[in-house]
Amino acid sequence: MPKDSGIGASSKRREDVRFLTGAGNYTDDINAHGQAHVYFLRSDIAHGRINSINTSAAEAMPGVVKVFTGKDFEGVGGMPCGWEVTDRHGAPMQEPPHPILAQGKVRHVGDPIAAVVADSLEQARDAAEAIEVDLDELPAVLDMKAAAQEGATLVHDDLKNNICYDWHLGEEDNDKINGIFANAAHVTTLDLVNNRLVANPMEPRVALAEYSRGTDEYTLYTTSQNPHVIRLLMCAFVLGLPEHKVRVVAPDVGGGFGTKIFHYAEEAFCTFAAKACNRPVKWTSSRSEAFMSDAQGRDHVSTIELALDADNNFIALRTNTYANLGAYLSTFSSSVPTWLHGTLMAGNYKTPVIQVNVKAMFTNTVPVDAYRGAGRPEATYQLERVIDKAARELGVDPIALRRQNFVTQFPYDTPVALTYDTGDYHGTMDKLEAAADIAGFAARRTESEAKGKLRGLGINCYIEACGIAPSNIVGMLGARAGLYDAATVRVNATGSISVMVGAHSHGQGHETAFPQVVADMIGIDESMVEIVHGDTSKIPFGMGTYGSRSLAVCGSAMVRATEKVIDKAKKIAAHLLEASEADIELKDGQFSVAGTDKSVAWGDVTLTAYVPHNFPLEVEPGLEETAFYDPANFTYPAGAYACEVEVDPETGKVSIEAFTAADDFGNIINPMIVDGQVHGGIGQGIGQALLENCAYDENGQLLSASFMDYAMPRADDVPFYGVDHSSQTPCTHNPLGVKGCGEAGAIGSPPAVVNAVLDALNSGGKAIDHIDMPVSPSRVWTAMNS
Amino acid sequence: MTQVSMTVNGKSVSGDVEGRTLLSSFLRDHLSLTGTHVGCDTAQCGACVVHVNGEAVKSCNMLALEADGADVGTIEGQAAEDGTLNVIQQAFQDHHGLQCGFCTPGMVMSAAALLKDKPRPSEAEIRKYLEGNLCRCTGYHNIVKAIMAASGQDVSSIAAE
Ligand code: FES
Ligand code: FES
Repeated sequence: MPKDSGIGASSKRREDVRFLTGAGNYTDDINAHGQAHVYFLRSDIAHGRINSINTSAAEAMPGVVKVFTGKDFEGVGGMPCGWEVTDRHGAPMQEPPHPILAQGKVRHVGDPIAAVVADSLEQARDAAEAIEVDLDELPAVLDMKAAAQEGATLVHDDLKNNICYDWHLGEEDNDKINGIFANAAHVTTLDLVNNRLVANPMEPRVALAEYSRGTDEYTLYTTSQNPHVIRLLMCAFVLGLPEHKVRVVAPDVGGGFGTKIFHYAEEAFCTFAAKACNRPVKWTSSRSEAFMSDAQGRDHVSTIELALDADNNFIALRTNTYANLGAYLSTFSSSVPTWLHGTLMAGNYKTPVIQVNVKAMFTNTVPVDAYRGAGRPEATYQLERVIDKAARELGVDPIALRRQNFVTQFPYDTPVALTYDTGDYHGTMDKLEAAADIAGFAARRTESEAKGKLRGLGINCYIEACGIAPSNIVGMLGARAGLYDAATVRVNATGSISVMVGAHSHGQGHETAFPQVVADMIGIDESMVEIVHGDTSKIPFGMGTYGSRSLAVCGSAMVRATEKVIDKAKKIAAHLLEASEADIELKDGQFSVAGTDKSVAWGDVTLTAYVPHNFPLEVEPGLEETAFYDPANFTYPAGAYACEVEVDPETGKVSIEAFTAADDFGNIINPMIVDGQVHGGIGQGIGQALLENCAYDENGQLLSASFMDYAMPRADDVPFYGVDHSSQTPCTHNPLGVKGCGEAGAIGSPPAVVNAVLDALNSGGKAIDHIDMPVSPSRVWTAMNS
Repeated sequence: MTQVSMTVNGKSVSGDVEGRTLLSSFLRDHLSLTGTHVGCDTAQCGACVVHVNGEAVKSCNMLALEADGADVGTIEGQAAEDGTLNVIQQAFQDHHGLQCGFCTPGMVMSAAALLKDKPRPSEAEIRKYLEGNLCRCTGYHNIVKAIMAASGQDVSSIAAE
């Protein structure tokens, strides 16, 4: 029986009411009295040296408050990178400065050169046109392999080359791995591109900063997934402000997908300018600006090799990957191709020897950072594509080949630094085979063929490491931050509860799901619990929402804080019931003395906590507790996905006929929300596989700079999805046994789609091993006709 | 500056606008009706959809002056006076047709226009009609399902919640 409240119930989302009635409060809906607007003059070339900037005409234009250039920020910190990667020789990565406004050079289309603050946005924009910039255009560095060559044009003149780091993980002994490949019964190799994507949350970024001379205090409203992280980075590393004088608010945020994790120059600019102009300063990104200033995703070029023995066991795996970082290091960019990618190369398989080699490159493109999945989709894509190709070459069933190599014993230490705590990959695959009716595929293929269509089935398995992350481990790996989270449970006198959390909800439904947990623990109605998030002046210092961590990390902090509250409440109840604390039980909102009919209600205990007339002397009044929770390990959601496509051999058009996901997320708090997260991830993954591509021309001009040129998935590009999450192996090391579900769909779906397309083409008699994403009709048609 | 007058959600309103002021910014900035969202600058995303004389219109693609004298409906006018959600809004909540909520006002307004013309649209008709409304969060599954449910169709056989 589905539950109707508490843990496991599909409680309807309380946040929906405001979103459905136009009463949401997004950053752009907030205006400050007397605010000025900023317009950024951005580079329209990919690479150039700035000779001079003349702002005098612009300064004289109507409504202009002040014009800023890089000079105004000399001596101010640049945008920091939060993760120092160490290269294969033990040297730190090359870390160039990232100024708020360009200094000396522009390095990508969209790099901000100057900023005009004016009474209105139109005036600021008009004045920006009057700024004279004298630039010498330089050759654009775009191709990663060319950029790595000796003598290549340098993106950053002060660096020794364009390689941020040359990194290695796994097998150290080249002779050993070369020997395994040389002697293997079979070796499969693939060259792959993981296409560059733009995250494109539907709400563009916005920043509004206020400053009060009277109190020397700042407030920054910003579209962020992690307001405390923004405050810390901006105060400590960029502007040098005391944190207690700065409040950062991330109100309703219209989607993030990673790209709203990072601290951006526009946020620091508005905060700086609010004081310099003594006026609130607001910036609202246009979509066109978002395409050239939001950190982008993916963009790896890889060669993946898989060695198998004569019995089709995987015996070694090696990847050589070039990862594009763009022109500057965005906040967590350096961690994505390394610790979020290399560590995932084992996938669901017990391959004993794995070697990961990654060269991370600076190019004259928009910075690249985490986008839904962040490194894990890039790993999964390589692994699952090469396995499918191996199955085709060996003439074995792709599901059987995967099953044969699954990890089955847990905990399992991978050769690439992780310890999987639990999982049941065969069980999850069983669920997939049933839910997707794999057995019925042959009949469906026959039906498609009768219509003149080629039908393909694509399988994919994934594992992800999320619930990011144990601070001591990430610290050893170069993170410049801890990755715990925090919650404060404040019980009010009448028994209702406010929970202040470090996690931020920008679509994930925390305001509904988190109360389900607290209400369940106490045995009260969910409506008595409220979540407060997104405002550094209200919430404890938490690290925010990304990496599918909210429930696994912040939810665990909330459980710990609630346990502390219950412990204290039991002391009060014991006093009221004149019993020993050890005998007090809490059930359905009643404290009772075990084995008696004596009890006292939750509300009476909470009232006593605040009106402590009859109160245990050794206990403090009040009922409010905070807990910080640092996870002991990553969590390891895993799943098996199946995609069925039809390919029109006349046009090359691919249509997704069915998509089924079987996921093991451990325990589930709200199945409705979890399904929705998977749906959204699959939608984005189908987008990557079939439609989306962020493209630059040979001069570094952004070709896909609007929704006209960048193909977002639309409602008629996707089918209804089948989602099954009945395979559940609870996480062994967090109190809820939860694993995280936010990224799975985006990680698991692109390889399934591409494998399905290739299966369809091969069924039509074409021996085609590979088509790069997005698998557009023209690419399919070309592959079929060449 | 030119004066513009219209009816918005049944109330007469007027304001002084520039020739270039878009209907979306008139609603958001002049009337503080911030439920109408702006997600792009190329009339592609549909976050800004409102009703103008009963038709679904992208308010970022229409000048405020062009709506002079019109009857305009926005997301703020969809629920009943007492706050009760209308049948489409309720179906979106019941079927989890929204996550971050940013595309939602446009989705609800588009769905209302669709159901006015076509009271029981098929799945394919809904998907086709929503061509001009982007959602990055839901993968569209629950949006399509919610609209089918709002039109009285049985959606219990459609996979997942
Ligand atoms: S804002 Fe109107 S279509 Fe995007
Ligand atoms: S719910 Fe977030 S864009 Fe649709």
